[in-house]
Amino acid sequence: MGATVTTTEEKIWDGGNEPMGASYGKMMMWFFILSDALTFTGFLAAYGFSRYKFADSWPIADEVFNHFPFLHGHDLPMLYVALMTFILIFSSVTMVLAVDAGHHMKKSKVAFYMFLTVIGGLIFVGSQAWEWKNFIKGEYGAIETKGGSIIQFVDAEGKRYKVSDLAVTLPKDRVQHERKNGIWFTSEASLPDYSVAEVVEGFKANPNIYVRTQEAYFDKNDKKGVHPTLNKEKHKTILTREESLARLNDAVHVVQGASLVRNEYGSKQFANFFFFITGFHGFHVFSGVVINFIIFLNVILGTYEKRRSYEMVEKVGLYWHFVDLVWVFVFTFFYLV
Amino acid sequence: MAHEHNLAIFRGRLKFKSNEQKIWGVLILLSIITAIEVVLGIYKPAGLMTPWITPFEGGLGATLINIILSPLVFLIPLNLIFLVLTIVKAYYITWDFMHMRDEKASLRRAVVWTFIFLALYIALIFLLEGDYVYEIYKTSFIKWNF
Repeated sequence: MGATVTTTEEKIWDGGNEPMGASYGKMMMWFFILSDALTFTGFLAAYGFSRYKFADSWPIADEVFNHFPFLHGHDLPMLYVALMTFILIFSSVTMVLAVDAGHHMKKSKVAFYMFLTVIGGLIFVGSQAWEWKNFIKGEYGAIETKGGSIIQFVDAEGKRYKVSDLAVTLPKDRVQHERKNGIWFTSEASLPDYSVAEVVEGFKANPNIYVRTQEAYFDKNDKKGVHPTLNKEKHKTILTREESLARLNDAVHVVQGASLVRNEYGSKQFANFFFFITGFHGFHVFSGVVINFIIFLNVILGTYEKRRSYEMVEKVGLYWHFVDLVWVFVFTFFYLV
Repeated sequence: MAHEHNLAIFRGRLKFKSNEQKIWGVLILLSIITAIEVVLGIYKPAGLMTPWITPFEGGLGATLINIILSPLVFLIPLNLIFLVLTIVKAYYITWDFMHMRDEKASLRRAVVWTFIFLALYIALIFLLEGDYVYEIYKTSFIKWNF
């Protein structure tokens, strides 16, 4: 209730009083965070819209994000993002410790914890870059059909099969059209390593490979052309050999990795939202690191010691914790749910 | 400038001696929650993969019950657990790392309630609309998988 009590003796408009018991800067930081939180809510809600819209055909996160540094070729879903989460939470902890040390006016301790926070932030941004690299590079490759849906390949055990292992080399290959040898000096995007024909030929030559579609498989509706033994409930549908060959007639693109146009994981929206939301969050982390570094320099220069208040550390701390807070939600909605 | 910290969490059941100790305590709590999420996310227990309650059929009463019990009717328990644990984590980050616990109730409400109302509203609108489009794709004469 104390917040509503103001004394008229003080100057109200020149910073003489503090509404809601918070200084101007701190309160404005809170309301900036509120508006930024609502921006992220909008993004995540739009992402939720697309997931609900493609509820049966959305890529399964565990199959996409299953890499871990130095453990190449192992299927390790979740562990890497879990590690990233720990790194960010830990750098949040060093930030609170810096704020706490600031309250006790311990300059060197504040500087030390701010330094650790900056390092934690840099490790996180680096981890995110590595995650993006894997996502963009892709692993198995896929084929896009005329209708724009993605088909992938599995072997006789239902394990993913790489397009690069499937493709045969055909004699007449297309050359990438470059600026220098065309009229109007236009160029085209770099060609995939294999042409559609090469993949289709490879598929025909290899009888133990099946096509896996984007659609989830449900036991209750028995569909024609669905592989009798390989399918699992709520996993992507695997087709019979005949149906697979029929699907490949519609192949138009070989897709490797991900771009904003198409990706090998499935729904186009998936990569777009991944790039946009984790990218926007990564941008927040990056700007947080820059701001933290500036404050770190100020601490070392003794700016706040002279001011007899480390409140600035507290304000950037709020922003830094907010970045952590957003990650908690991104983690849940992109990797867990 | 007095910086007084409320050093108790879990509604006063767990009290810390200093602010620094509370920070480490909250870190341990957040780590445990994240570990639970990761373990559940990797193993995906079969019992948590289908909704606990099938939607009630028939009449306004059934619709109302479906709405009231919507987290149990329309979400699989695993996702419900993830959602709850995420909100618990968000609570401790905001309350203890961002010191919302020590702010005045008016500031706390101005920030937190504004967010909760608008976020719930936008999530509701978008998800209902997404589900509607999903139904259209599924039941009408639109072919996308070719």
